[in-house]
Amino acid sequence: MATLIEAETPDVLGPAAPKRGGGGVGRYILVRFLLIFPTIFILVTLVFFLMRITGDPITAALGGRLPQDQLDARIHEAGYDRPILVQYFEYLGQIATGNFGTTLSDRRPVVEMLATFGTATLELAINSLVVALLIGIPLGMIAAHRRDRTPDALLRFFAILCYATPVFFAGLLLKLTFSVALGWLPVSGRASTNTELAMSQLAAPSGIYWLDALRSGNYQALGDIAAHSVLPAVALGLLTAGVFLRLVRTNLIGTLGKDYVEAGRSRGVSEFRLVTKHAYKPALIPIITVMGLQIALMLGGAVLTETTFEWKGLGFQLAQYLTARDFVAVQGIVMLLAVIVAVTNFVVDIVAAIIDPRVRY
Amino acid sequence: MSDTTTAALQPTASRKAPLLDRLPVTSHIRQSVGLQRTMLLIGVSLTGLFLLAAVFAPLLAPYGYAQISDAAGTFPAQAAPGGKHPWGTTVGGYDVLSRVLWGSQTAATVIVVSVAMSIFVGVALGLLSGYFGGWLDRILVVIADAIYAFPSLLLAIVMSIVISQGQSSFWGGILACSISITVVFVPQYFRVIRAETIRLKAEPFVESAMVVGASSWRIMGRHIFKNATRTLPLIFTLNSSEAILTLAGLGFLGFGIEPTSAAEWGFDLNKALADTTSGIWWTGVFPGVAIVLSVLGLTLVGESMNDLNDPRLRGRRRAGSKRTGGKAEKAGKP
Repeated sequence: MATLIEAETPDVLGPAAPKRGGGGVGRYILVRFLLIFPTIFILVTLVFFLMRITGDPITAALGGRLPQDQLDARIHEAGYDRPILVQYFEYLGQIATGNFGTTLSDRRPVVEMLATFGTATLELAINSLVVALLIGIPLGMIAAHRRDRTPDALLRFFAILCYATPVFFAGLLLKLTFSVALGWLPVSGRASTNTELAMSQLAAPSGIYWLDALRSGNYQALGDIAAHSVLPAVALGLLTAGVFLRLVRTNLIGTLGKDYVEAGRSRGVSEFRLVTKHAYKPALIPIITVMGLQIALMLGGAVLTETTFEWKGLGFQLAQYLTARDFVAVQGIVMLLAVIVAVTNFVVDIVAAIIDPRVRY
Repeated sequence: MSDTTTAALQPTASRKAPLLDRLPVTSHIRQSVGLQRTMLLIGVSLTGLFLLAAVFAPLLAPYGYAQISDAAGTFPAQAAPGGKHPWGTTVGGYDVLSRVLWGSQTAATVIVVSVAMSIFVGVALGLLSGYFGGWLDRILVVIADAIYAFPSLLLAIVMSIVISQGQSSFWGGILACSISITVVFVPQYFRVIRAETIRLKAEPFVESAMVVGASSWRIMGRHIFKNATRTLPLIFTLNSSEAILTLAGLGFLGFGIEPTSAAEWGFDLNKALADTTSGIWWTGVFPGVAIVLSVLGLTLVGESMNDLNDPRLRGRRRAGSKRTGGKAEKAGKP
């Protein structure tokens, strides 16, 4: 919801760049690129200090399970008894050199952990984005075309319903219907055990199951993976589909009222073509912008979706690590998410600037 | 009350209108027509239902939220709806109907506390940042942008971990959840109020106040604040629905309020997840529907207000309509 209000006032909080007319794309890209770093830096700092307010990672993870003297020895060994600022700068230095440490609970290198679970989340995100676009854009076109009439009313209601239904409740309903009552689709997981095994034995896996299955020509596994993907993708996709529907509708209504569309209509261009080509293309810019903002919403939704469907991705792992108070792992995941969000916003701004020169300040 | 300053900006018609018509929601109902009015009225009814359930939960609920037995003995676990338990019982033996009703009270309390805190902090920071500008403004903007860009639920989770170490009491849990949600909302209020403040700073009435010698605090508190807050009812409504969703998300992931200190819909849904495989639907469907209906109600109200505030989106009366609305025809914003 907030993203829609946001979409109308994109430059309210823009960087404090001088409002001169010139500058060119190169300068804009550079300024915008440099702004990625403060975003990541602030989030990493915020999470570092927030997690440290609660105490040192070792006590948090192992407190109560080890006697106090052993605990103290391990805290000293890891250097957590030094002043917090010293630790903070050391942490920043480690990040800068690409050393993210080892998780405390299962002793895995953070980078490896991120790579393993990140691809699972990426797969879920791609699947649900496809669902969201397939549902949201055509329905938005219909709503705009039939503005203020019954189809529009129903579709707008549907969009709000998509927003109002938490992903985990949508997931629960989908499970009850398609897995339990009808028995068509599996209840949870990314794939059945056999497929998981086959995927882990591949030579150079990308980690994205359907891609790996396609490459190895294992079509039985592909079917299994597809069956497992449907429900999570729909649950998370519907959430975003509602946003796309409303966005396409609002922007299409704007462009459908323009003179050139009227001119096209008078030349005898079909209504279908008017909606899908003439009016749709200029309406794309705000859609691309908000699509970038949706990445953040999707990552949040992924945590809930992954927990609902036991999809072993970053979100599922994050909940596990948080429960285990594994701060090193949590910081690693937050760092990765911050990078993803910052880079997506950067790419979105650049794409918007290239499409529409007026966006640049 | 500085009615003189506000009145100077508004059309004189609104000054004469009775109070009831100037209140956010009632004035919107009057403005609306047709479909928009239907959606707004559905929203208002659902929100009313939610608030009624929240206020009268102690009277309406047949049992307490943590009650697992009565005079006749312990409640059965996972009992199907019917008889003593019209909506069935959960795996822990809680009465589903009672927990859903009490859950509305928890949700309403969290909304009120979190939105009140967000408005307070967000508006104060937005006014300061927009009015004084300079380095304070730049730093706050960059921080707000960073927080705003980050997935809000994750931020709320991290916050709740930090705050709620062993918080198991009702108010402890409520406060922990509310503060977590506040952190997510503050940047939104900050943005809106800052933008409005910057716009208003250039208005002649602020300049004249400066010339007269009013202090910065007086200008911010009276002249700018009173005029910058007109979008707040809208954000308030939309944020309330977001607060319910965030609270449920926290509860679902197990970072919310303990089940013995308050009923919380998200927590119940988490427990219901395991029931689905055995075909037990009532433990999940009822709290889920409660979330959907409350969020739906608040969102419909907020959306309709948003559309009615925007002349481009406002529904138009048909040409032959008997009631010719004065406001609907105006092109500019009131």
